[in-house]
Amino acid sequence: MELSLADTKKWIELFVQKVESEKSQLNELDTAIGDGDHGTNMDRGMKAITDAFSKKEPEDIVSLHKTVAFALIQKVGGASGPLYGTAFLDMSKKAKDDADLTTLIQTGLAGLKRRGQSDVGMKTMIDVWEPVANALKADEFNQSVIDEALTSNKALVATKGRASYLEEKSKGHLDPGAQSSAYLFEALLTVLGA
Amino acid sequence: MKKIINKTEDIVSEMIAGLVKTNPKLVKQIEGTTAVVRNDVKFSQTKQVGVVSGGGSGHEPLHAGYVGDGMLSAAVAGEVFTSPTPDQIYEAIKAVDQGLGVLLIVKNYSGDVMNFDMAKEMAEADDIKIETIVVDDDISVENSEFTQGKRGVAGTVLVEKIVGAAARSGMNLADLAALGQKVIDNTKTIGIALQAATVPAVGHPSFELKDDEVEYGIGIHNERGYSVEKIKPSKELAHQLIEKIIQEFSDQTGKFVVLVNGMGGTPLMEQYIFANDVLNELADKKIQVAFSKVGNKVTSLDMQGVSLTIMKAEDSWIDMLEEPVNTIGW
Repeated sequence: MELSLADTKKWIELFVQKVESEKSQLNELDTAIGDGDHGTNMDRGMKAITDAFSKKEPEDIVSLHKTVAFALIQKVGGASGPLYGTAFLDMSKKAKDDADLTTLIQTGLAGLKRRGQSDVGMKTMIDVWEPVANALKADEFNQSVIDEALTSNKALVATKGRASYLEEKSKGHLDPGAQSSAYLFEALLTVLGA
Repeated sequence: MKKIINKTEDIVSEMIAGLVKTNPKLVKQIEGTTAVVRNDVKFSQTKQVGVVSGGGSGHEPLHAGYVGDGMLSAAVAGEVFTSPTPDQIYEAIKAVDQGLGVLLIVKNYSGDVMNFDMAKEMAEADDIKIETIVVDDDISVENSEFTQGKRGVAGTVLVEKIVGAAARSGMNLADLAALGQKVIDNTKTIGIALQAATVPAVGHPSFELKDDEVEYGIGIHNERGYSVEKIKPSKELAHQLIEKIIQEFSDQTGKFVVLVNGMGGTPLMEQYIFANDVLNELADKKIQVAFSKVGNKVTSLDMQGVSLTIMKAEDSWIDMLEEPVNTIGW
């Protein structure tokens, strides 16, 4: 299934709204197991996306994903900037020959794994992206997929990123990147009307 | 929270503006970025391998304070405790490349490593030769495959000084990278905190320590350490840290370097007291300290605490550490 340009844009705009309204929540999650700025950093990226959209209306899905990628790469910083940025940049490249939604999400997931040299189960955003990609493929994508992904992420011990220094102490805390990824896919659910 | 700032989102750009305006002979800002590059006369007249470092802000004088002849060619400042972005790092690389390549000095945090990697890919697409060394001197965290690995902390400034001196002397890119790696392998640090830092965008200290508590093994971004204990006299703190660090060196003969680093909120007075205790204890242990330094070199905003770095050094490294350099912060 391909998302239309209008729906893709709506998806990103809903994500932007969600991150902006949950900025402090993301900072709080990051304070527990990181350095407390995930919300602030993502929020800066969200403003850059809104700016970029208002300066130049994306003409197609390829340029839309690229616009999102560049805004995030240039404005977010930290680990989230290159991770989200790489995911959207890879999705943009893929969309040139295949804009199927499932394919794009899988491509983004592969980009995350490459850039972060990580995999599912390390208490990162991948713990949300992978189940969502799988559910899309099986045509079973719904809110409970996201909820379950977050629940299992919370129980994990971090083995990647800054939270990994906490080892066992990271258990019981939700990874902030997993939460922002959940917002991304909740926005997608809204667009899909599910 | 009380801070002398305007808007939290303007902290980094205004800090860089102030740093550049007050040091125009040393550094200038790279347009459209929060990166600074050497502005001394010699920079454009002498060819050498470029040395670029960078990272989140809040560790001043690291890294912009170490830009100058004989140390860094350019430094890139990210948001507070947040890696700079690849486009900014790429601009810094382009600003310093004189055809001999550029060495990137990166502290081992996942964000820094990823952003510098992306910048490296961008520069290589322009046929600029790049080597990267990753500093991971913090021995308070296990170097296990289940974590990001050891963190890069105060030892970074010693790496920047030695590599910077070698670059000035005309060393080529591959040899510089090898030298930098060897220095990193021989540099070990542990930090302690009496009080966590307050990230301006958050507004309160990231963790609470009681009035009589000290936390061992903290990182430079409020990463928690390995234990919280009652505060002790400086002498005993020095003893505990030395015991832990020195066991990392199988051979305790030869020359050593000591860096007592203030975390930002601890007076120099206390740092000198601690340094005195460190040097006395090392003398008792018959460990030869050939170079030592005290001060706020790699800070963590307003964190109260110190870190102790000990390096086993080759003779030539001592010379490179002693070479005069004209920077804001060394």
